[in-house]
Amino acid sequence: MGTAHTGPLLELQGISKRFGAVQALTDVRFDVSAGEVVALVGDNGAGKSTLIKVLSGIHKADSGSFRWQGHDVSVGSPNDAARLGIATVYQDLALCDNLDVVANLFLGHELATAGGPLAVMDEIAMERKAVEVLRRLSVKIPSVRIPIASLSGGQRQSVAVARSVMGDNKVVLLDEPTAALGVAQTHEVLELVKRLREQGLGVVLISHNLSNVFEVADRITVLRLGRWVGTFDAKGVSHEQLVAFMTGAATVPHDALPAAATSAAGPS
Amino acid sequence: MSSTLEHDPRVIEERAGIAGVIRGYGTRLRQGDIGQLPVLVGLLVIGTIFQIASHGVFLNPFNLVNLTLQMAAGGTIAVGIVLVLLLGEIDLSAGVVSGMCAAVMAVLSVRTGLPAPAAIALAIVTGMAVGALHGVWITRFGIPSFVVTLAGLIAWQGGLLRVLGKTGTINLQDPLITKLAGTFFTGVVAYAIAAAFILYVALGPLISHRRRAAAGLTVPPLAVVVLRAGAIAVCSLVVVYVVNRDRGLSSGLLFLVLAVIVMDFVLRRMRFGRMIYAIGGNAEAARRAGMPVKRVRAVVFMLASAFAAWGGILGASRLLAVNQSAGQGDVLLNAIAAAVIGGTSLFGGRGSVWAALLGIMVIQSISNGMDLLSLASSIKFMITGGVLLSTVTIDAVLRRSKTTR
Repeated sequence: MGTAHTGPLLELQGISKRFGAVQALTDVRFDVSAGEVVALVGDNGAGKSTLIKVLSGIHKADSGSFRWQGHDVSVGSPNDAARLGIATVYQDLALCDNLDVVANLFLGHELATAGGPLAVMDEIAMERKAVEVLRRLSVKIPSVRIPIASLSGGQRQSVAVARSVMGDNKVVLLDEPTAALGVAQTHEVLELVKRLREQGLGVVLISHNLSNVFEVADRITVLRLGRWVGTFDAKGVSHEQLVAFMTGAATVPHDALPAAATSAAGPS
Repeated sequence: MSSTLEHDPRVIEERAGIAGVIRGYGTRLRQGDIGQLPVLVGLLVIGTIFQIASHGVFLNPFNLVNLTLQMAAGGTIAVGIVLVLLLGEIDLSAGVVSGMCAAVMAVLSVRTGLPAPAAIALAIVTGMAVGALHGVWITRFGIPSFVVTLAGLIAWQGGLLRVLGKTGTINLQDPLITKLAGTFFTGVVAYAIAAAFILYVALGPLISHRRRAAAGLTVPPLAVVVLRAGAIAVCSLVVVYVVNRDRGLSSGLLFLVLAVIVMDFVLRRMRFGRMIYAIGGNAEAARRAGMPVKRVRAVVFMLASAFAAWGGILGASRLLAVNQSAGQGDVLLNAIAAAVIGGTSLFGGRGSVWAALLGIMVIQSISNGMDLLSLASSIKFMITGGVLLSTVTIDAVLRRSKTTR
């Protein structure tokens, strides 16, 4: 927002990760800038989940560089990622069904006059902030004081996404946000993703549903068997091409790369 | 963004008016949050049945004061049980721990000659140590609380026998201990206490209503808040009026109400309470949100055993003795039944600590009423078991209806 930095918010290069005998990621590059949606696609076992876990600090890459706003950083734990301003919305949402929307939005970060577990929470401040954020994102829910249990799947997903922008987060990782949703609810969540972009956040979207990806993504990074296949401008690539890259039926001819494909590599 | 957040139908489709409140309550019931409705209905039914069956003895002041004395120990233990249930855990050792800690107090006071406050404090510390041991064991090794506290149930029974030694029964003499649960406040003092209670319990929501309205947040209709406050005030004053016609307000009941008020504040207003509800609702979500799940669990087991110890002390104070059967028999089941009957879910995350007070009122009313009718033990046990089973069934059925929605 007000920062002088102009390049990508988050930039990974040469990322490799091995689990025992399995080389999960090999020399993967990835970047996302403020105010754009980058989709991460690939077949099962392509390394999407591993890459997301590297981004969110759950796994530490064996090698490669992790740059945040142009500076090399070390992200070794989810707390490190959270401190930078990277929020992850997990597939299973991680919401407390028994608590209301306000409580879920502030879960673990309850507003209070003092720190520590014995501090008295400021419910009014939390509710005001919650209403403000939900309104900014145009999230429609019956009330901020009803338990999550009584919301629909799309509303829950919206609350989970809204939670990721509660703090001072700059990058939001969305892991299959539309996987379990119906048509109308999927549309609702995709609209929300677009609003996150309008708010100036960098959004990383993992999805199996390529039509969803094409609907919201600005750029698409394809992984296959733990390797980076290419990063494409969403307007410069077709559905069929993408499937071919994902399955290995086609490889990217290096002299014919779309312009955006090399953006992660930078001038070298 | 303007400073006031006025009603915005685009974002919040809040139903207004008293009808909206009633519909909201219906929704909550269907979601498995049974709240206090079954208890209040149950108390009404129980009161009516026993009043008729006992030819007017059940509701006379003498018997009702007895009821308040009978409630103190079990209700206090139930406060601890509510905390554990909110986590989605169970503490089967609460009854036995209450007996053992009462025995610790008795031995320290009578045999060692320690002053009463020190004996009481050390007994509670013993309870906390026992609970901390349970909690650390459960979280450290990932063993279900059911198993760890079942082991505790057996082991601390041995502890009780060991502490009491050969005599088997210790009669309490220290006046502070013997008067602990059975001191009475009458007349104006009792009314003053009731007034303080009403101010806190009824005025709190009114102030919160005003502050919310001032902040531009949606508020329930003022009439609902006032009505609720009025109902609480009338009930409290009636209770004081009735007990004043006999011995008065018992300190045992006051200790129980105080424990409930304090823990209710912790649960609803403090971050620690929010952590308990969050862990009970979705422990993984709480962990990912950065909450110290293991530490909270361990502390809750510590608190549960501390309340068990304090309940055991109040019980000993009423019986004026501690013997080998202290804290056994139906003490544990009454406490769990009270918590569940009061609307605390066995599955974690739902309920309030008021459940302990209302639930023990139901349990002890049934027990007291059946004593008045001199029913056989066989029938009493069966009826108590039936009441427990039916309330747990209500919880389970409501919960299922929620998840299939």
